[in-house]
Amino acid sequence: MKLYLKIWRQKDASSPGKIVDYTLDGVEGDMSFLEMLDILNEELVSKGEEPVEFDHDCREGICGTCSLQINGEPHGPDRLVTTCQLHMRKFNDGDTIVIEPFRAKAFPVIKDLIVDRSAFERIQQAGGYISVNTSGNTVDANCIPINKHAADEAMDAATCIGCGACVAACKNASAMLFTSAKVSQFALLPQGRVEAVERVQNMVRQMDLEGFGNCTNTGACEVECPKGISLTNIARMNREYLSASIKG
Amino acid sequence: MSLIKSSLARKFVMALSGLFLVIFLLLHVTINLASVFSPDFFNEASHFMGYNPLVQFLMQPILIIGVIVHFVMGFVLEIQNKKARGIGYVKYKGSANAPWVSRNMIYSGLVILAFLALHFYDFWVHEMAYKYVEANPEDPTRYYTETVEKFAPFWRTILYVVSFVLLGLHLWHGFASSFQSMGINNKYTPNIKRCAKTFAVVVPLAFAFIAIYHHLNPITH
Repeated sequence: MKLYLKIWRQKDASSPGKIVDYTLDGVEGDMSFLEMLDILNEELVSKGEEPVEFDHDCREGICGTCSLQINGEPHGPDRLVTTCQLHMRKFNDGDTIVIEPFRAKAFPVIKDLIVDRSAFERIQQAGGYISVNTSGNTVDANCIPINKHAADEAMDAATCIGCGACVAACKNASAMLFTSAKVSQFALLPQGRVEAVERVQNMVRQMDLEGFGNCTNTGACEVECPKGISLTNIARMNREYLSASIKG
Repeated sequence: MSLIKSSLARKFVMALSGLFLVIFLLLHVTINLASVFSPDFFNEASHFMGYNPLVQFLMQPILIIGVIVHFVMGFVLEIQNKKARGIGYVKYKGSANAPWVSRNMIYSGLVILAFLALHFYDFWVHEMAYKYVEANPEDPTRYYTETVEKFAPFWRTILYVVSFVLLGLHLWHGFASSFQSMGINNKYTPNIKRCAKTFAVVVPLAFAFIAIYHHLNPITH
């Protein structure tokens, strides 16, 4: 198929960017979206032009590295997939595809379609961990009985790959879904209760410091999340925060 | 100060003030419905609300503070949220993942705020002038006539009805959303949403019915 691509090009963080038009022929439905961009880049390199920079790593939908706002939606029009798993069969011959970087003040553009998502790392570092004695006498985690329902919910929350689609989709560029998933995966388990009060307070504080927006419960994040992280995690974070504020 | 600093605290404040206003709406619509079905009860209830010191000097200021907190916090959130995006998208398909009402609460809210200005001018300013500026004697029979006469002009009735439609849209998202903001999302949530959405339809519809009814049934002297 033949596609008309409108791609955000930006030399570096301090330069202004703009949309550049490309026409790409010979795209097959079985290609992934990133393979389509690979072909575009091969063409650009063969013509002596600068290739389009974009983030990618595992190309299996588990690392959270790929991003891209495709035709106005993070990871494109398909549901529960990352850009690397989005196939070109979702598009039609002659389609125009607008490709932009994830937009948020807390996700500054580094180059072209690559954004700096280290704000997520700093939120994680603020409290997304448990203190475990690793000196050689660590207690086996399986020795602690855990309710099946709680274990399942914690696992569901832990499937967040931190790609940033929630921020990109949210009209407020809010990072509540990401932060709440990271709070929830510990809050639901006994090992995570030890530092529960400090965790939610510190992670929310860091989230606010990074300049993310406020949640207005539109639910866009949940719809666009490639891992199906649920809004119930945000409600849980709100409860945890309220409880932590009362406990001091 | 912590209310301004923490994004989650701001959500609680929006939710709590919103829920408080929802309770007020329920009281308001109940008394107003009496103007259709029982003008005498409407006069009695309005007189009680207008002259009871507890209502006038405690509940009324609390209500006004509730309204101010809700819309000021709404503006603060909107400004912060706009800043959080930074450079906007060339193409942003908001309709693909969220309903229109949830994405445009600021606009439905602004219409309601503009309506409140008209509503305050129509009833509250008039009431304050009647009681405290002109110092008229108490007249427990005047409320029904004053209310019906207000809806005589077609333009006012239309403005009220349009505002009630926007109120309905605002409540459609806001009422159920306030529970999520306060951390309530469990097995009861589908029922909470159903109740909240029923409220969002029924209450504005009742307000609109009252306005249209009085417009179509003027007092003939």
